[in-house]
Amino acid sequence: MSDLFDKFDPIIKIREDLLASGVTDPFGLVMEKVLSPTQAICNGRETILLGTYNYMGMTFDPDVIAAGKQALDDFGSGTTGSRVLNGTYAGHRAVEEALCDFYAMDHAMVFSTGYQANLGIISTIAGKGDYIVLDIDSHASIWDGCKMGDAEVVPFKHNDIEAMEKRLRRIPEGAGKLVVLEGVYSMMGDIAPLAEMIAIAKKHGAMVLVDEAHSMGFIGPNGRGVAEAQGCLDQVDFVIGTFSKSVGTVGGFCVSNHPKFEIMRLVCRPYVFTASLPPSVVATAATSVRKLMHAGEKRAHLWENSRTLHAALKAKGFQLGTEVPQSAIISVIMPDLERGAAMWEALMREGLYVNLARPPATPAGMTLLRCSLCAEHTAEQVQTIIGMFERAGKAAGII
Amino acid sequence: MDRAATAARIAELIAPFNKKGVAVTDATTFAGDLEFDSLTVMDFVAAIEDEFDIIISMNQQAEIESYGQLVDAVVKLNG
Repeated sequence: MSDLFDKFDPIIKIREDLLASGVTDPFGLVMEKVLSPTQAICNGRETILLGTYNYMGMTFDPDVIAAGKQALDDFGSGTTGSRVLNGTYAGHRAVEEALCDFYAMDHAMVFSTGYQANLGIISTIAGKGDYIVLDIDSHASIWDGCKMGDAEVVPFKHNDIEAMEKRLRRIPEGAGKLVVLEGVYSMMGDIAPLAEMIAIAKKHGAMVLVDEAHSMGFIGPNGRGVAEAQGCLDQVDFVIGTFSKSVGTVGGFCVSNHPKFEIMRLVCRPYVFTASLPPSVVATAATSVRKLMHAGEKRAHLWENSRTLHAALKAKGFQLGTEVPQSAIISVIMPDLERGAAMWEALMREGLYVNLARPPATPAGMTLLRCSLCAEHTAEQVQTIIGMFERAGKAAGII
Repeated sequence: MDRAATAARIAELIAPFNKKGVAVTDATTFAGDLEFDSLTVMDFVAAIEDEFDIIISMNQQAEIESYGQLVDAVVKLNG
């Protein structure tokens, strides 16, 4: 009898070899206590968190916490049902209204996770005979949405405007077209030239979906994301977002001005065949989204943190994913997995948590130490982080 | 362009990606014999698409494992 798990042998081997080299298992991290959006006790040690996507630090906001507690008392711990059956509570409507207000769009649909939002929307709207044109560095949820649907899938080189246009031009006449882009690409922390790309997509008659998961709350004049910052949000047909980053809880959503958008609630299977988010989650999300509409000062401080850390790491000789800071993600490129894991461990020993990202999640087979800044990181914490990077980088032989 | 001419042109486009100088026949596979990884596949497919002004979607790529199959697919798409 063949063992179906044999196909995983190569990855089991990579993992065993890495652990045999003596490094702590990067996937064995447990946060025993979370002290604030920026600090936790990890494996018994007080640690600064620099890899959480908690960009706006909303997880301990007193209003957000109070809303969640109230909803637990008023509506119970869970809905035990799909949105289309018994799973639509007042809180689900309220959070969708908050999203419509936040984005100034007509329709909002909330999913149980951001992953499911991409999976559901992409697989449902692009059907047999349609074409999806997407960036090769798209998030796994976008690729899985493509794989689940029946459309023809046509990738192009990352952020390559000409490569995208060539593919759009070659699509047979009359076929439906969906262009899928991201505002911020989370591995390198770089942004897309959305204004140019969307103009070309529209010229070729394509609908446009933009995932703004890593930009919500702090990019664009109203925190609506990269498309807003580049003045082309009105050309975007579908914005995908998440509650698990700047909003500080869990859930995903799609907002749109499409006049027929509401039919998605009946035809989108990852929406229909899933239990809806618990009342406490949607209550915290709605409160957080509304507070993010008036978070100008936090936003400014987050950008300051990003610029300070980027400049300092560059000056110390680290190789970074972008020349200038384009988002709240700063990606530090490691020479290989072994040294990346050693550097990660050295940082943990210093009391700093970052994400160790490795293939296949990363582009071009790179190993990355990904830092995501928070508006609640103080200027002093950022200086502490810089010192930790310098010591760990020297200990691990990276700089 | 007939099959022979298409095959010859594709062979030329494979050359820069054929780092080990593997002798290419109709049965030569991209993943196995030529050891193309996913990044090489992307660049190579883009080169073929640009040369023949066609789209080879990922769905179609899944069916193409060998040089011979690629030549057949391009001939058909160019048809």
